[in-house]
Amino acid sequence: MDERRVISNVCILAGKIMLESGAETYRVEDTMNRMAGAFELTEAESYATPTGINFSTDSEEASHFRRISKRSTDLHKIAEVNNISRQIVAGGLDPREALLLLKGVSSSKEQYPSWLLILAAALVSGSFAIMFGGLWHDFLPAFLAGGVGFAAMIGFEKLVETRFFAEFFASFVIGILAVGFLHFSIGINLDKIIIGAVMPLVPGLHITNAVRDLMAGHLVAGVSKGVEAMLTAFAIGAGVAVVFAFI
Amino acid sequence: MILAQCITSFIAAAGFGILFNAPRNALIQCGLVGMFGWLLYYILVAEGIDVVPATVFAAMLVAVLSHICAKLYRTPIIIFNVSGIIPLVPGGIAYDAMRNFVENDYFHAVQLSAKVMLLAGAIAIGLMFSEVVNQLFRKSWDWLKP
Repeated sequence: MDERRVISNVCILAGKIMLESGAETYRVEDTMNRMAGAFELTEAESYATPTGINFSTDSEEASHFRRISKRSTDLHKIAEVNNISRQIVAGGLDPREALLLLKGVSSSKEQYPSWLLILAAALVSGSFAIMFGGLWHDFLPAFLAGGVGFAAMIGFEKLVETRFFAEFFASFVIGILAVGFLHFSIGINLDKIIIGAVMPLVPGLHITNAVRDLMAGHLVAGVSKGVEAMLTAFAIGAGVAVVFAFI
Repeated sequence: MILAQCITSFIAAAGFGILFNAPRNALIQCGLVGMFGWLLYYILVAEGIDVVPATVFAAMLVAVLSHICAKLYRTPIIIFNVSGIIPLVPGGIAYDAMRNFVENDYFHAVQLSAKVMLLAGAIAIGLMFSEVVNQLFRKSWDWLKP
């Protein structure tokens, strides 16, 4: 491979990892341009959207394209890519070394086991029930419903390809559990329990990121992320509403 | 009461740090940033200030604290402000709005959706504002230096 090809692979892989980990598009483009600039490709242009990246090293070269199909939030990977890009800008890495490091980051596993994620989701749910004005009686049901709901989300995500349905089923489970707990008079405020329990699923971060992208002038990315967030919120609302329809 | 808010907001922010796969040694800082942001918001709202300006100020505080943490620990700022902002994010209202939509109560649903948009905008303004101040500070520093 010639040098330019390697450099554009480095930039695109870095952008891909960042987008898949939930970084804002303006940050992604900024990082890619900085890396290209450090490799003395000052004419490089990048264009990132939540579903794909375009990158060209020069106006006379062919541009490269990469599709982004899976998106989640992974701060560890963003930090690692940022670290590598800083090393590149400081001049400490040549393109081939950088490519190897980035491939390592791309294939790295999650650092927390599933049970810890579920426990964290459960604690978050219980805490939010209190923060939104619930009583301590609501902590336990929100804790349980949130943990089971998040576990259901992880399970359904493996079974069904569409994230929408996984979210729908998970919030359906949460709704049933919350109503069930209240039936056996564990907990007092149904609304607080459900809001607390769905918080780990709610796309709060996407809503905020969408507005930040819009303000940074990335209109396509901002609008599409906003729609994604609305779709998720709709899935969650619908899942709970199905339960309410039956009681 | 305020102690309970401290503990729960700390757990919520640090817990979201785990869900977002934040680096292990940053979890405590994430929790603290989230806790201080939520405390400011909680106190302002208790003092009778509207939720939107309260969110702007709390988001500014989160952004400033995240900047300090990012400088201290030499990590990208996104790690701290993403989990720190979580307690302020209007997820509960977004859910409430959607529930009203699917229950055919459009009157309340539209009201709540507008509130969600305003709050999301308030968070973004708060976060952006501190970045702008930081840039201004740096640029005026460069400019003042001969």
